[in-house]
Amino acid sequence: MSQALLTVIGEDRPGIVAAVTQALFTADCSIGDASMMRLGGYFTIMQVIDYSRDLGSVEMALDPAIKRLNLRVHLDPISSVAVAADLPNTRVTVYGADHPGIVAGVTGALAAIGFNVIDLESESSGSAERPLYVMVIQGYAPDGIESVRKAVLPLREKQGVEVGVHPIEAAVF
Amino acid sequence: MTVLSILTYPDARLQRKAEAVQVFDDELLKFVGDLTETMYAGPGGVGIAAPQVDRHQRIVIVDVRPKLGDDCHGLMVLINPELMAWEGMAVGREGCMSVPDFTGNVIRAERIRVQAQDVSGRERSFECEGFEARAVQHEMDHLDGFLFLDRLVSRKTDLFRRKNYQKS
Repeated sequence: MSQALLTVIGEDRPGIVAAVTQALFTADCSIGDASMMRLGGYFTIMQVIDYSRDLGSVEMALDPAIKRLNLRVHLDPISSVAVAADLPNTRVTVYGADHPGIVAGVTGALAAIGFNVIDLESESSGSAERPLYVMVIQGYAPDGIESVRKAVLPLREKQGVEVGVHPIEAAVF
Repeated sequence: MTVLSILTYPDARLQRKAEAVQVFDDELLKFVGDLTETMYAGPGGVGIAAPQVDRHQRIVIVDVRPKLGDDCHGLMVLINPELMAWEGMAVGREGCMSVPDFTGNVIRAERIRVQAQDVSGRERSFECEGFEARAVQHEMDHLDGFLFLDRLVSRKTDLFRRKNYQKS
């Protein structure tokens, strides 16, 4: 089994996930970690696939779906990098009136304390006159949650946004 | 006392609805002892429900002292438990002895009141909050054949849920 990272982009419409995954299934691929979501008017897929034949046959299997749904597809062979062991221990939520520099400001402060972003989702919403930006970051803070609070809470004033820092504790019951 | 073996997903027995306990005898007392021992031996060690060891009766044990110290009820044996009241909502990441190696976000009530019988059949009532309330709700779900997997919410949902909750 070899691994590849498959990226798919297309104008959003019903049936994209079904067409892509059906094609992968017929090409004997299996799907690992995946992120599939609508961004703007586009639907995006990024996923790790295991394939048993060659990448050419994966592309060939995807071809009818690509043509029918007008998709853009990219396949990167990847070596099987060991899955990182750090689980997210901190969630940072940010929202406020949208303006340039929010993400750069917040993630810059996080990078300075060695915070590893594992997952970042954001959304621009609100009306054209009052645009709103919402972002949720999950990641691993090597020095604990207090270091994150100290790093990002000053941005409330500097950036004029609401910033929340919450622990992520996985409790096994 | 004996450490019992834990059913793990996918095992259809975890989805069975458990029956009420009718007889409070020495056999029940012994089983509750074994179940408690099994809980303490587990990876989380703070809660267990009888269906997890293939006994389909409404028995839950929670003891969150390993996590909270003495700031909780200590060992709670909840037989035929009923949720009488709840308030607040919170997102928390849960794992389960019956679902190895996976954790996910679940919304639970923040404060609950539970009515249950103890091991000799006496009626008891507990008010729990936070982590302890989460543990009780997680274990009570097992009695109705639910796993936390049935209650997963997406990460994006978290923020919006929290905002709604603060406004109300």
